[in-house]
Amino acid sequence: MQPDEHCQATGLVPRNSDRQLEVLVFDLGGQSFALEAVLVREILDMMPETRVPGAPALVGHVINFRGRIIPLADLHLAFGMTVPAPTKDSRIVVIELDLGGDATIIGLRTDKVHEVATFSAATSEDAPVVGLRWKREHVRSLVRHGNDDIVVLPDLEAIFQTITHGAAAASIH
Amino acid sequence: MIADDPIAAFRVEAGEVLDQVEQALLDLGHRLDDADLVNAVFRGLHTLKGSGAMFGFDALAGFTHHCETAFDRVRKGQVPATAGLVSVILSAQDHMRALVEGDAPAADGDAILARLQAAIDEASGTTPAAASAPAATGWQIAFRLPADAMANGTNPLMLLDELRELGDCTVVARTDKVPPLADLVPTECHIGWDVTLLGDVKRDDIEDVFIFVMDDMELSIEPLGLADADAAADAAGTDEAPVLAEAAAPVATAATADSPAARSTAKAEESVRVPAGRLDALMDRVGELVIAQSRLSQCADRGQDLVLRSVSEEIERLAGELRDTMMVLRMVPVGSLFSRFRRLIHDLARDTGKTIEFETEGEATEVDKTVIERLFDPMVHLIRNSCDHGLETPEDRIAAGKPAAGSVRLAAHQAGGEVVITIRDDGRGINRARVRAKAEANGLIQPDQALNDHELLQMIFAPGFSTAATVTNLSGRGVGMDVVKRTIEGLRGSIDVQSTEGEGSLIALRIPLTLAIIDGLLVRAGSGRYVIPLTAVEECIELSLEDDMRHRGRSLITLREKLVPFLRLREIFATDTRPDPFQKIVVVSTPQGRVGLVVDQIIGNHQTVIKPMSALHRDAATFAGATILGDGEVALILDIAQLIALGQPREETLRAAG
Repeated sequence: MQPDEHCQATGLVPRNSDRQLEVLVFDLGGQSFALEAVLVREILDMMPETRVPGAPALVGHVINFRGRIIPLADLHLAFGMTVPAPTKDSRIVVIELDLGGDATIIGLRTDKVHEVATFSAATSEDAPVVGLRWKREHVRSLVRHGNDDIVVLPDLEAIFQTITHGAAAASIH
Repeated sequence: MIADDPIAAFRVEAGEVLDQVEQALLDLGHRLDDADLVNAVFRGLHTLKGSGAMFGFDALAGFTHHCETAFDRVRKGQVPATAGLVSVILSAQDHMRALVEGDAPAADGDAILARLQAAIDEASGTTPAAASAPAATGWQIAFRLPADAMANGTNPLMLLDELRELGDCTVVARTDKVPPLADLVPTECHIGWDVTLLGDVKRDDIEDVFIFVMDDMELSIEPLGLADADAAADAAGTDEAPVLAEAAAPVATAATADSPAARSTAKAEESVRVPAGRLDALMDRVGELVIAQSRLSQCADRGQDLVLRSVSEEIERLAGELRDTMMVLRMVPVGSLFSRFRRLIHDLARDTGKTIEFETEGEATEVDKTVIERLFDPMVHLIRNSCDHGLETPEDRIAAGKPAAGSVRLAAHQAGGEVVITIRDDGRGINRARVRAKAEANGLIQPDQALNDHELLQMIFAPGFSTAATVTNLSGRGVGMDVVKRTIEGLRGSIDVQSTEGEGSLIALRIPLTLAIIDGLLVRAGSGRYVIPLTAVEECIELSLEDDMRHRGRSLITLREKLVPFLRLREIFATDTRPDPFQKIVVVSTPQGRVGLVVDQIIGNHQTVIKPMSALHRDAATFAGATILGDGEVALILDIAQLIALGQPREETLRAAG
């Protein structure tokens, strides 16, 4: 696969291009995160959640999103943070993600949603090998934004693939 | 989207036409002299040729044309239908299917056509040279269009122009049926035409001109000079006579051609083709409507507004009816599934050298379309097994005192919310000793393990199990039966085997009518609400305090003199709230017997639309899906079989600990 194709397939912007990346910036455990605005379907207020016993903690709940039942993921867990109690700022960001060829709709619990911002590819950097509190494979890149703020672009595919791959392995047995 | 793409629509329709042709051919194989079947095949080929040419499938139209021509001779009684001919046309039919899909090597078509010609020659008892059509010097054509032909878009002038392109034409209008001016309807066609066409033109080319109107019109095409046939016959000598008779025959058939056409229009019900995706979308909307409606009725009941309440009740009724109608929309008769197996049986009979009689029953039973589609593969496997392993060879059958032809019967009937589909053969049955030996060899059971008959027969569904001594092309590779069972269970169904050695086997599939809706019992365990499929529920009882207290020792209750084990949903789902003081037991039936599920509260009956769980929750196997409750919240639907499987080791460790 050519590098460009790969970028297209995963919705990434090629790193060496001058293209701008539109992202939605949100907070998780005091850290700024961002994801591509094109992935976002909707931003919802908190709503009743249903726990799914036996499901991985990362996607331990489901919600009713306009008549569809979608998993509610908590990225706090993917980044080793404790899950805070919901506040009046808490929101659910509903995204559509391509997981192994299937378009999957997922709700993401966030502490606060900020704004849609435009990042230039030049300000983004690969996650450093040391100095991160989080699993490096869960971070796609870091972006310098505003007043020395660092925004994390999580690698959502990698995060959720740990679950789907785990499930595939389990179903073989 | 089908509506936007005429080619895709043609493919779908052509597929259906080919299905009909295939069915008619298979029937014809048994009743070679049935004129209705011959006509049905011919009509199908004819339609395919016409619409194929219209949508640019020229290879298909050309190939089909040759088959149609050959079959036309059968239709006209010039050539008797023979088994050989039917079998060639069947393979031609497969080739057409490939042409429709656009992936057929042309060489295949030529080979089939050669075989077709050979079969026709053999059937008619003529040599290839004599079979070729006589060259006529001209034709006398008389035709009259149906009165509504122009309203349907046929322009007679164009037809005449096309005839003129074939050769020199003399056209005479017949105006004898034109009514008096007062009665004349200007949009109707009252004129007939006599056309004398000179030149070396093939009859097929003339018929092609009328291809789209032929079924309803009066048309006679006769070779020129037939009027003075006696003279011609004299001149040509006796050799020429059969040819003339042959050419004269179509006049009679053309006149009766409208009767099968009329029958087919009467049979075809008015229907609309809708992509399944739109039905699903509609289904989702209806589901949401039902949920919104139940919220509305909660609001209405809370307030004092009588008008609001009556409107809410009206909407409740309408939403309920809408949902019921929606369910019916997705139902299709299982006959459409059964008919697909006839070809399979035909091929199996050919490959195994066995004579197989195939019968079906209860084709009108209706099942959800998704269920039908997902039943196909497992049923193919079961039928193959019946034919390959079940049925004996004709010699063995006669030796066993059975008729030489084996029988495979498919039947369907509805039983409550389920459809029961049975596959019955009258073959040798399942050899239990061999099943047992094989299961022991595979380590599935211990050599001295006691098994009842049901358990023993269920062994055939274990992965990697096959009793066939030799692996054949058809089955016996030991993959499959476990897949069959998994697929059926995936449809929330069950599979049961009965077998009498020497007399045959019966496999019964019990499948829910629809995957889209479920009647359930809504219960609460901790703070979570769950739906238990009502088909599994036997009764609800209260867990007595002493049984509850004793639970550390054993999780068993005595129900009508029988011990029933129970599982606590609170423990399985690790709820962290305090248990309700009076725990309830929902007794469910499972293949392993009755099991009690202990819950905090039984909320009530709940009929609901099933929503699938997301891919991220695939490993939460205890749930068959989820549903949206009246208040908009989500409740999970329990998969009883998985839940029991999960509960078993837990109970065993608890018992060991206690």
